[in-house]
Amino acid sequence: MKQLVIPFRKTEKQNKPHHADKRTGKQRAISWGFLAPSVAGVFLFFVAPFFVVIYYSLINNVVRREFVGLSNFIRTIENNAFKLAAVNTMKFSLIAVPLAVVLSLLLAIVLMSRIPMKSTFRSFFLSPLMVPVASVVLIWQILFNYNGLVNDIVAVFGVDKIDWLKSPHAQVAIILLFLWKNLGYNMILFMAALASVPQDLIEVAKLEGANDFQIFYIVKLRFISSTILFVTIMSLINSFKVFREIYLMTGDYPYDSLYMLQHFMNNTFQALDYQRLSAAAILMALVMIVIIAVLMKTEDKFEKDIEE
Amino acid sequence: MKKSFRKWCKENIVLILGTAIALFFAVLFLLPIVLTFTNSLMSSSEIAANYGAVFATTDTGGKVFVSRTVTLKFIPDMVSFSQYFTVLLKSPEYLFKFWNSVIYVVPIVVFQLTVATLAAYGFSRFTGRVKEIIFFAYIILMLMPYQVTLVPNFLVSRFLHIVDTRWAIWLPGIFSPFAVYLLTKFMRRIPSSVIEAAQIDGANEWMIFSRICLPLCRGAIGSIAILVFIDYWNMVEQPLILLADEEMHPLSVFLSKINAGEISLAFAVAVIYMIPPLLIFLYGEDNLVEGISFQGGVKS
Repeated sequence: MKQLVIPFRKTEKQNKPHHADKRTGKQRAISWGFLAPSVAGVFLFFVAPFFVVIYYSLINNVVRREFVGLSNFIRTIENNAFKLAAVNTMKFSLIAVPLAVVLSLLLAIVLMSRIPMKSTFRSFFLSPLMVPVASVVLIWQILFNYNGLVNDIVAVFGVDKIDWLKSPHAQVAIILLFLWKNLGYNMILFMAALASVPQDLIEVAKLEGANDFQIFYIVKLRFISSTILFVTIMSLINSFKVFREIYLMTGDYPYDSLYMLQHFMNNTFQALDYQRLSAAAILMALVMIVIIAVLMKTEDKFEKDIEE
Repeated sequence: MKKSFRKWCKENIVLILGTAIALFFAVLFLLPIVLTFTNSLMSSSEIAANYGAVFATTDTGGKVFVSRTVTLKFIPDMVSFSQYFTVLLKSPEYLFKFWNSVIYVVPIVVFQLTVATLAAYGFSRFTGRVKEIIFFAYIILMLMPYQVTLVPNFLVSRFLHIVDTRWAIWLPGIFSPFAVYLLTKFMRRIPSSVIEAAQIDGANEWMIFSRICLPLCRGAIGSIAILVFIDYWNMVEQPLILLADEEMHPLSVFLSKINAGEISLAFAVAVIYMIPPLLIFLYGEDNLVEGISFQGGVKS
């Protein structure tokens, strides 16, 4: 029933159609016919070149092609721009992802409670998902300008005016834009999960004398733990894409605190430094894989907890 | 009277709190969209007077009247459609970029879904060790950010000599594994009894695919098409890397490069640019919600 998140796991196997066992050689051939266009395309555009990327990351340059071991990686890691970009991206994700998870869960709970005009609110919260970032960037620039509305608001609390996008606090503006764009999507995921909590589970908890608060914490949160994981992974991935917002707001050369990994990649592309580009791409892929593996492991543990 | 009101409040504290939170977020969420829209109805001199200071500092282009203060205006002094008039009739470059966006996005949506439906059928109908490994590779790929996938994309495009052509955007988009993953998940739920019945009636694989599987997946295909559409309508990273020629950039990239002299136009362009996705949203919101819920995989 909890058919989850990242498949290729036990739950998927149970779902395997029974008739799959009876396949013949002919059917096998036919099935590859269905897969062929996609597999060929993915191989050509993603997988095969990735081996080239690995190769490039190990040689000194495209002309002489001498193996240099890990020196490209070391050169990349020691590069100041890369360090800055990595730290900024990490900072951004560390703040934005938890906020995106918690706030969207809050919105989902609010929409699941008995408030009026639920479907209208749902549309409102979801609409930013449809609006291209490029369309609202102007408004964002105006809001966070030195003389903009945001400064007027914080002035009420006695905070001095700053030019947000050119200050160390520039990430605040981007985090808000990120949340604006992504909360609705996460909220829908949470709403679907909350709606799938079996009613009898809640009834049992009530019978045992749990109050609403306990029901939420002990029953519901546990039950949707896999969705929390999924939302975290998706938010994390989306947080790596935030370059888009920053680029549209500040162009090629943003303030230091907004210099992200994709900026680094763009600049390296322009310099046509394939070795560094490849090394950086591999490093990022590794980091992503590690993060996702860790999250999945945590979730596995969680699930076992529930089963016990 | 007063007492009963208090009592009512106490009993409905959740309702009041919930509505307050919902209203608060609704205002925040709608504000940027509404502001963009109302601002697009201002005349260019009004825009310049209001926001001149913002854009004079961020851009080096065009001369503008610069005001000392930035006044955020919700309602224009005088509703004017002059911006739209200019964009639609006098400055073809915006429409040209809009057309670029369409040219990129529509084939990607159509062909990504075609390729993906076929592949999803292949993955869901027959399983085997090799296919599981491939499917797992698809998932990993799907989770990779652009920073990672653009490098291989670029290398292949260079190898095929399609950098700076539309193919460099189309092809990686068409073969993106995103739709394959979702559709496979969906097709795996089609009860095997349905397919077995068809087999007994003598249907071959193609007939099962086209007459049984496709109709059952119509809703899912629609919602995934919406998700793919938004993703590419919003694209920024790919054109920046793969298309050096700015003439070929989609409006999503070009919009940010509008110089200070034309900021008033920018609002109208921004509105025009968000109309197609918003129309799709109005028409297919339930589909979209279903698609997203399905992504979480909790819908049983």
